[in-house]
Amino acid sequence: MKEPMLQVEHLKKYFPVKTGFLKSKPLKAVDDVSFDIGEKETLGLVGESGCGKTTVGRTLLQLYPPTSGKVTFRGQDVNSKSIHQLRKEMQMVFQDPYASLNPRMTVADIIGEPLDVHHLYKSKADRQQKINHLMDLVGLSSDHATRYSHEFSGGQRQRIGIARALAVNPSFIVCDESVSALDVSIQAQILNMFKDLQNELNISYLFIAHDILVVTYMADRIAVMYLGKIIELADTREINRNPIHPYTQSLFSAIPIPDPETARKNKRIILQGDVPSPLNMPSGCSFRVRCPYASEQCAKEAPPFTDRGDGHYVACWNK
Amino acid sequence: MSEYLLEVKDLRTSFFTEAGEVKAVDGVSFTLKPGEVLGIVGESGSGKSVTAYSIMQILQYPGKVVGGEILLNGQNLLDLSEKEMRSIRGDKISLIFQDSMTSLNPVFTVGNQLVEAILLHTDRTREEAWAHAEKLLSLVGINEPNRRIKQYPFEFSGGMRQRAMIAMALACEPDILVADEPTTALDVTIQAQILDLIQDLQKKLGMAVIMITHDLGVIAQICDDIIVMYAGHVCERGTADDIFYNPRHAYTRGLLQSIPTEAKTGERLIPISGQPADLLHLPPGCPFAPRCTEAMQICLSERPEEVYLGGNHYASCWLNIRDELKALKSTKAEAKGQDQ
Repeated sequence: MKEPMLQVEHLKKYFPVKTGFLKSKPLKAVDDVSFDIGEKETLGLVGESGCGKTTVGRTLLQLYPPTSGKVTFRGQDVNSKSIHQLRKEMQMVFQDPYASLNPRMTVADIIGEPLDVHHLYKSKADRQQKINHLMDLVGLSSDHATRYSHEFSGGQRQRIGIARALAVNPSFIVCDESVSALDVSIQAQILNMFKDLQNELNISYLFIAHDILVVTYMADRIAVMYLGKIIELADTREINRNPIHPYTQSLFSAIPIPDPETARKNKRIILQGDVPSPLNMPSGCSFRVRCPYASEQCAKEAPPFTDRGDGHYVACWNK
Repeated sequence: MSEYLLEVKDLRTSFFTEAGEVKAVDGVSFTLKPGEVLGIVGESGSGKSVTAYSIMQILQYPGKVVGGEILLNGQNLLDLSEKEMRSIRGDKISLIFQDSMTSLNPVFTVGNQLVEAILLHTDRTREEAWAHAEKLLSLVGINEPNRRIKQYPFEFSGGMRQRAMIAMALACEPDILVADEPTTALDVTIQAQILDLIQDLQKKLGMAVIMITHDLGVIAQICDDIIVMYAGHVCERGTADDIFYNPRHAYTRGLLQSIPTEAKTGERLIPISGQPADLLHLPPGCPFAPRCTEAMQICLSERPEEVYLGGNHYASCWLNIRDELKALKSTKAEAKGQDQ
């Protein structure tokens, strides 16, 4: 196997939450997560709200300082690099195309800002040319460079956000729910664009989304998170055909498939109860309170994350 | 009496904004039989929620129903006074909103809000109402209803709040349950629970359901009949099989092609090009024409009529009219050939 581009080892991120006067408790948003991403690979990260997938993305990029753990990018510890260097290689596309663009800046300035910060042009004309090229790359007309973001629709705004991320020519982009605010017809445009850009510019993605159909379409491998931990990680095809962890099984069976024929046949595995509060996690395996297979061992000890063959990792005692 | 529980005829709803009249719903017609599950699917701004709000008559200023008929058991709801309408809402037709956090009152307990609905529409005493409320909570699958009933909405999780909303909507056993994106804010595993619950209750109580959603997956799971909307217009309506396996409107086909599925992995998706329609500046012809790859000259200038395609299947697309004319011409030509 090739040396992975990005390696994450035992990443932890705890947030202190006040529980009383001078008292606080750690909220384990990300609790001992390890994975790697190869060159030109897309790793999908799925899970329900509050499971910590966004925190993983943000901690990777040092938007949040990690509590512990190590992130290695192309053989170098990310911590040893300055944020300035890091941002030239790793970028992010945010979820909300309305909140992530400054309404007081023109499109040219939004896309040009990373160029300014990293001194990526020789002259004013060069800067303009680069901006035009980026707008062209994401399918925006360069005539619109002097407009403000409020003049654009959601899909177009997301394109602006992507152009901004591409400005520094990064090799890794975290896409955090980047298409979930968009309508399906527009979503398909943006998904195609992500794939085209990957082929043209050799970019790797960490593709975070709650929509499993979207992730299945985009990702080479998929990691499933539950309450701060990755519980299963495998090849996209493999995890769709042969999910092992009971949570993954129920999650994948719950996806509403847009096909009435399959929907009639499909047996959904309905989970009981709700996700426990991350402040009050059950002992051992955090899924055991909703798990139909839970045994005594599950309460005692958290299951190890082991390879079940061909890079299919699962953390479960009973499966 | 017609066989239909609800009949919407040529409904038109507009919002009179400073920028001009926004025709959010422009000539929508459909029917609903007792016990049927009807899905209304469309993207943002297609008018699916406004259709529901028009039926319930809870449109907010500057929205107004400007034309059409909404017949509930043959009675036009648009002729009713606000007072008469109030006795219909909750009793005959109930609505579940998308956002359960903002639709429940945070300063009253869940039980209080449930009992209010029950007392309003039935002659139960306060005590009976509380007992009934508790029964409703257990019906929608809330554990320990006697404890939960005294709690405030913030003490409930998202899925439980949505269940409480459904309990409230069911309080008076309505004939029609309108669900406006009831699972959009929820996670998939909770969504599956709620969809199961709605389906279950629908069968148990025999009520009709109008399911409004942008998610074709949800529609495929539970709906008998489907209406596809775009920019305030009905593009196509028919059974779930008609819409998914024999789509006859270019927009429906585009919508189905743009959903990512496992089968399409490795292939390019076929998106609908262009941007969503601007309701303030709709073209004179078919609203979808500017984005349609198969658009003809006539599509840009004239609105297509709804064409009957057999069974329960209708579509408003010039392509169908063209095909029909072609078929007509060829049979005529054949007939002529035989004559000679």
